[in-house]
Amino acid sequence: TNLLSQHRIQHILDMMLTTGKFDYHPNTLFLNLTELTDQQKEFQELARKFAREEIVPAAPSYDRSGEYPFPLIKRAWELGLINGHIPEDCGGMGLGIFDSCLITEQLAFGCTGVQTAIEANSLGQMPVIIAGNDAQKKKYLGRMAEEPLMCAYCVTEPGAGSDVAGIKTRAVKKGDEYVVNGQKMWITNGGKANWYFLLARTDPDPKCPTSRAFTGFIVEADTPGVQPGRKELNMGQRCSDTRGITFEDVRIPKENVLIGEGAGFKIAMGAFDKTRPPVAAGATGLAQRALEEATKYALERKTFGKFIAEHQAVSFLLAEMAMKVELARMAYQRAAWEVDQGRRNTYYASIAKAFAGDIANQCAADAVQVFGGNGFNSEYPVEKLMRDAKIYQIYEGTAQIQRLIISREHLGKFKQ
Amino acid sequence: MHRSSEVKHVASYLNTRGCECFGQPCESHCPVLTDRTIHVQLKTFIKIRVKPDRTGVVTDGVKHSMNPFCEIAVEEAIKLKEKKLVKEVVAVSCGPQQVQETIRTALAMGADRGIHVEVSGKDYETLGPLQVSKIFAALAKKEQADLIILGKQAIDDDCNQTGQMIAALLDWPQGTFASEMTLEADKMKVVREVDGGLETIKIKLPAVVTADLRLNTPRYATLPNIMKAKKKKIANVKPADLGVDVCSRLEVLKVDEPPQRQAGVKVETVDDLVGKLKEAGRV
Repeated sequence: TNLLSQHRIQHILDMMLTTGKFDYHPNTLFLNLTELTDQQKEFQELARKFAREEIVPAAPSYDRSGEYPFPLIKRAWELGLINGHIPEDCGGMGLGIFDSCLITEQLAFGCTGVQTAIEANSLGQMPVIIAGNDAQKKKYLGRMAEEPLMCAYCVTEPGAGSDVAGIKTRAVKKGDEYVVNGQKMWITNGGKANWYFLLARTDPDPKCPTSRAFTGFIVEADTPGVQPGRKELNMGQRCSDTRGITFEDVRIPKENVLIGEGAGFKIAMGAFDKTRPPVAAGATGLAQRALEEATKYALERKTFGKFIAEHQAVSFLLAEMAMKVELARMAYQRAAWEVDQGRRNTYYASIAKAFAGDIANQCAADAVQVFGGNGFNSEYPVEKLMRDAKIYQIYEGTAQIQRLIISREHLGKFKQ
Repeated sequence: MHRSSEVKHVASYLNTRGCECFGQPCESHCPVLTDRTIHVQLKTFIKIRVKPDRTGVVTDGVKHSMNPFCEIAVEEAIKLKEKKLVKEVVAVSCGPQQVQETIRTALAMGADRGIHVEVSGKDYETLGPLQVSKIFAALAKKEQADLIILGKQAIDDDCNQTGQMIAALLDWPQGTFASEMTLEADKMKVVREVDGGLETIKIKLPAVVTADLRLNTPRYATLPNIMKAKKKKIANVKPADLGVDVCSRLEVLKVDEPPQRQAGVKVETVDDLVGKLKEAGRV
C-alpha cells in the first residue's frame, strides 16, 4: 500500500504539472482478490467432473467424425451447465459472467469444439438478453430453458468479417415485415440453430453513419427462405457445426426487431463485452489441458537416463506454459468481474481475449513439442489442441482487431 | 404402492476420506468404475506418501471427496425418495469442517438435510469404524431412522466394517454388498454380491444396507440443485452430545509403503524360463 500511495502522489503531481482535466486512471483501483464462494466452487467442480468424465473420452471420436456432439450438449443442458446467463424470470439461472466463465473454462478443458458449440448459444442469446423487450425475452430465451435448443449469431459474411460495417445483407421494410436478402458465413451452430440473431443493413444510404444503418433481428430458423449451406470442414473444433447461410426473401415480423430500426450495430458490438471473457476462458481451458497433458507426459517419458521433466529445456517449457495459463486466467477473471460490477469492460475483455488466444496457440504448440514425435501423431491428444487453438486468434474479433480496440481504449484514457 | 408403515428417514453415511491409492492404478481398488476411469486416472497423480514418523499417510493438501461407494448409497436413498417409498433423506458425515462440502454435494444430489458430526484434530486421525458406528447408532435412535444406507467400504482404509457394526450395535438386520434393493411392504429385498455369486435375502425394517458398485450410477448434482442445496440445513452435532466416546482402542504401530518392485530378469528361451523358475523353487 505504501508503494501504491507513492504512485498516486506521483500521478497527482504529474497531473498538476500538465494542463487538462485530472482524471483518475482506473489502473490505480485496487482489485481485491478473494477466494471463490462455496457455490462458485461447486459449479466449477460440477463442470470439471462433467468435462473430465464425459467430454474428454468422447472428444477424439467427435473430432475424427465431425459429428455434432448433441448427446454431450443435451447432457450439459440437463445439468444446467448451458444457458446459465438467461435471466431467472425467463427460466434461466441469471448467473453473472464470472460464474459462466468458471464453467466455460472447465468445459473447454474437455474439448473446445464442444465448448464452442455451447458458447455459440451465449453469443446468439446475448443481444436478446441486453436489448430484447419482455415479450422477446420470454419467447426466445424461455424456450432455450425448456428444451435443449441451440441458437446462432449471424453477422459475418463471405465479404465482411472484421469490418462489420461492411456487411451487405439487406433488410427492407414492407408493411409489417422486413424482407431480408443476403449471405452469411462461418455461422457456428448454423445448421442446428432453432433461431438466429441476425444483423442486416436497413439504411441503403452509404453516407448513413454505422450507428444508424443496421438493425438486429431474431429470425426463426424454419422461416421460408433461410437456407443453411453445407457443414464446413475446418482445421480444428471439427465437431462444431459451422455453415454459410443464404437468406432469400426471408420475411421477419416487425415484432422481432431488437429495440428498433437502426439500433443493430450497437447491440451486436455490446454483446461482445459479455461474450469475450468466456471465449478467453475457453482458450485458457485449452491451454490448461495442454499444460496438464505435457506435464503428465514429461513425468513418464525418459531420455538420457532421466524423466524429460528433469531436463531444464523441458521444465522451462512447462514453466512458461504455466506462467501463460495463470496470467490468462487472471485476465479473463478481471474482465468478467468488471462487467459483473456494472462497469464498461471493453479494455479488459479485449486484453483477455487477445492474450488468451495467443497463449492458447503457444501452449498447444509447446505441448506438441514436449511430446516430440508422439505429439505430431493423432493417437496422442495434443495435436488436436494445436488445431483447435488457432481459431481463438480469429473468431469473436481477430487478434489484430483486439489490438486495435486495446490501443484505442488505452490512448483514449491517456488523452483524458 | 400403498404401504402400511411409511419409512421415515433414510440416513446415508458419507465417508470423506481421500482417494489414496498408494501410487497403484486405482482400478485395483475400484475395479469396475469404468465410467469413472478417466476421473480416477487423473486422481492417481496424487502421490501418496507415508509420514516421516510412520504413523500414517500424509493427508495435508490432498483433495478429499465423497467416497465412491457412498455416492452410490446417496443415489439409492434419493431414488427411494423419488419413488415416494421414503419420506426424508438425511445425509450424515463425521469429521472436520471440510466434510460440510461433501454433505453439500449430497444435498445437491437431492438429500433433504444434513448432519455434520464434528470430529477434528487428533480424534479425527484415529477415528475408525467402531467409533463411527457408535455415533451412527446413537443418531439412528435420535432421528428414529428406518433405514441406513452406507457405502460398503471406504476406498482409503478398505475397512468394510462400519455398516456391519452399526447393525450389530442397534441389533438391526443387515444387507451388505447390495447390488439391488427393493422395498416390499416393511421388508427390504436385497441382492448381495458374494464370493460364490448372488444371494437374495429379505430383511425386516429398520435395517442397515451397504452399497456395492453395481447398485446404481450416481447422478451429477445439476447446477440448479446446487443452488437449491444452499437453502437446505446442515445441523452440527458433537459426539459427546450423542454420548459417544471417540477415543480409539487401536494403536497404530507403524505404516510402511509397499515394497519396491524388484527388477525382472529377461530370458532368451522357454527352457531358460523353466530353468530359472525351477531354481527359484517356483516350479
